[in-house]
Amino acid sequence: MEEVITTQGLTKKYKDVCAVENLNLKVQSGEIFGFLGPNGAGKTTTIRVFTTLAKPTSGSAWVTGFDVAKEPDKVKKVIGVVQQHLSLDQDLTLKENMDFTARLHHMDRAERRRRIVELLDYVGLTRHGDRNVKELSGGMKKAAMIARSLMNRPKVLFLDEPTVGLDVQTRRRLWELIRRLNNDGTTIFLTTHYIEEAEALCHRVGIVHHGRLIALGKPTELRQKVGLVTVETLVEGKFTRYQYFPDRDAATTYVQSLPRDVKTIIIRESNLEDIFVELTGQKVGDA
Amino acid sequence: MIRTMQDIYSMLWVDLVFLKRNWLKTLATTLVTPVLYLLAFGYGLGRGINVEGYSYLQFVIPGIVALTAMTSSFNAAGMKLHVDRLFYKCFDECLMAPISFFSIVIGKTLIGVVRGLISTAALLAACLVFSPLPAISPLFVLVLVVSCFVFSFLGVLVALLAKSHQDMSVFMSLVILPMTFLSGTFFSLSQLPEPVRVVLSLLPLTHSSQCLRAATLGQPFPWISLLVLVGFGAAFFWACMIVLKRTSL
Repeated sequence: MEEVITTQGLTKKYKDVCAVENLNLKVQSGEIFGFLGPNGAGKTTTIRVFTTLAKPTSGSAWVTGFDVAKEPDKVKKVIGVVQQHLSLDQDLTLKENMDFTARLHHMDRAERRRRIVELLDYVGLTRHGDRNVKELSGGMKKAAMIARSLMNRPKVLFLDEPTVGLDVQTRRRLWELIRRLNNDGTTIFLTTHYIEEAEALCHRVGIVHHGRLIALGKPTELRQKVGLVTVETLVEGKFTRYQYFPDRDAATTYVQSLPRDVKTIIIRESNLEDIFVELTGQKVGDA
Repeated sequence: MIRTMQDIYSMLWVDLVFLKRNWLKTLATTLVTPVLYLLAFGYGLGRGINVEGYSYLQFVIPGIVALTAMTSSFNAAGMKLHVDRLFYKCFDECLMAPISFFSIVIGKTLIGVVRGLISTAALLAACLVFSPLPAISPLFVLVLVVSCFVFSFLGVLVALLAKSHQDMSVFMSLVILPMTFLSGTFFSLSQLPEPVRVVLSLLPLTHSSQCLRAATLGQPFPWISLLVLVGFGAAFFWACMIVLKRTSL
């Protein structure tokens, strides 16, 4: 399979802080790859390097075979980016925002028009194209940014925390959109600090902590590593103890061996949060 | 080459869309200050005063034109970029698009030039109410265009460097405002002691108003001042390019 993103010893330092440390990564064509980690883990910095907004301190990164530091212009042509924060020109309508991006990608007038209509329909915003982006809801703005990022038919789409701050239904609609895009052939690199987002969307997940990649693999593979079943017990009514078992039987045997005064016991499937806790001793939200 | 022109126009296009939608508001706000200066200093205070052998109104109009070119260009180029960068955060989209830094800087500068020229033209029209229009020679237009470029580049530069809204207003109060009053806009520099004149010649607006005044009043044209003005423009442009390159480190 073709590699869309490759990094070798990629490191990015800001003064003394190492935002990304010695990252070695390969993202294959057609994947939805997720970077999971708490805020401040270096996820956004990694995306900024891939999208040419920041230069690596050392090491290299290639996007569709082009070196991000040496051939930024070639990289810019094949990527689409949806930043974490809202980044639409709020003095303009949605169509004007899209038109501007299309112009920056040297599309001619007929192509611009056609593509805008097509993409507004794709993200379900056809009726809102002429509205000022200020008037759109949070979910619509995110969808609008996705539509804009697709103007140049990118080979790889970077989504930085795509559903942060959105309600559950909107989030699920965006997940559908992201899956649809991927099915239609776009490779997707996304970052998230939502466990369920990584599990629901990503073919492979890299877990990052303090700028380092601490685990990498398919969600099921990662869960197998710690144990597919988790037992949570409330110890002395104070803190939760997590224990991991390869299967339900092993977990049940353990639960039966617990003293009678342990009252709160939860047996459940392990998730990516457990992997994160197991590897770092912290919850994802604890940053 | 054609690609670069196209990119520059794309950058300008987005600001023109905004201008088209808000032209009346924009024009009205940029004209309030110069018209007030014209009324207060030119028409009110200046009646009966003669400077360098001209009526004060004749003397002060080129100064106010230079002033308008400065504030209008600086604000138009600077404020929009500043908002795009720090509030709308849409400037990153330009940085991630396949266009050169050169096109970005020139494109963002041109909206300042366009608005500077519109404002000064409107001001000159307003001047008609008070006095016959000063002679508008090709030299006058040339100086005006150069001035608009200089202050637009400065606006882009400051907007690229500003880390907050406060930075922007600090620069306005510490540099733009003093320049407004000190650069020979309202008084003749020939009356000032030599050291003061040297200090004031470090301000681009000084050269801008000197050149415009000479061009309108038919005085010998200070070519050196025009050259200095071009120098300021080149320096500001170059600084913009450096800052853009450094932001992606």
